[in-house]
Amino acid sequence: MVVRVVDWAMDWAMGDEPHIRVELRSDPNYLAGVRQLIAGVTQRIGFDEKSCSQVALAVDEALANVIRHGYGRECDRPIWVSIWTAPADSESGAYLRVVIEDEARHVETCDLKGRDLDDPQPGGLGVHIIREVMDEVEYAKRSPRGMRLTMIKHAPRAAGSASAEG
Amino acid sequence: MHDAALPVRIDSRDGATVLAPRGDIDMSRAPAFREHVRRAIQSGPTRVVIDLSEVEYMDSSGLATLVEAMRNAKQAKTELLLCGLHQKVLAIFEIARLHQFFKIVPTVEDAVSSA
Repeated sequence: MVVRVVDWAMDWAMGDEPHIRVELRSDPNYLAGVRQLIAGVTQRIGFDEKSCSQVALAVDEALANVIRHGYGRECDRPIWVSIWTAPADSESGAYLRVVIEDEARHVETCDLKGRDLDDPQPGGLGVHIIREVMDEVEYAKRSPRGMRLTMIKHAPRAAGSASAEG
Repeated sequence: MHDAALPVRIDSRDGATVLAPRGDIDMSRAPAFREHVRRAIQSGPTRVVIDLSEVEYMDSSGLATLVEAMRNAKQAKTELLLCGLHQKVLAIFEIARLHQFFKIVPTVEDAVSSA
């Protein structure tokens, strides 16, 4: 997993409009719908079944963290999910970029780390799962309030294509 | 927040209480799942079996419920077993490195008869 610091908001301002943008309320009942969207999009751009379900899980965990920790389980606050994709035959290969934005309280990004997995506890697994599943993860503060989480997942390349690239 | 209901079939087999939830277990349904598991352990059987064969998706809310259940079961001297895990669900246990924390067997029959 690589944590890359990139100002995606700047890209966006320069015309990198999301391919899909969804606004939802911070209600856990809507998590299933977003999971289906993510799984469907990743399947369409050529991710294997395992990657589709794991990316959907990571996005689910990110949204659940916003609802649970950001909004303190209030279910009527806004969350925006923006999605960019590239197909398998693109120069970079198939990838998915998901940006999740909210208007919740600011969290220090250094506090957003997974817990110690050697001591099983009933909570704190979400951030670990996100970092384990996604290739790139970046948390940033929005102005004047809210957080922005950027996650990128590249489709695993077939052995043949990886060796062809050297 | 309105927690969603989770259908759970509850059977008693050879002294074990078998819980079989049906459907995805995510943040919206984990509270209902937690309540079913809590009641099952509280009723004092020697063994509680959670049959996940009809659960095709679980997130960390479900995992957290099971970690809490395992702790409660140990306190109550009740054995807790999981069975019927789909590959996708097992993969989540592995990502969280919890697959060795639980006793996981293939089927309900294995769970009920295991020594």
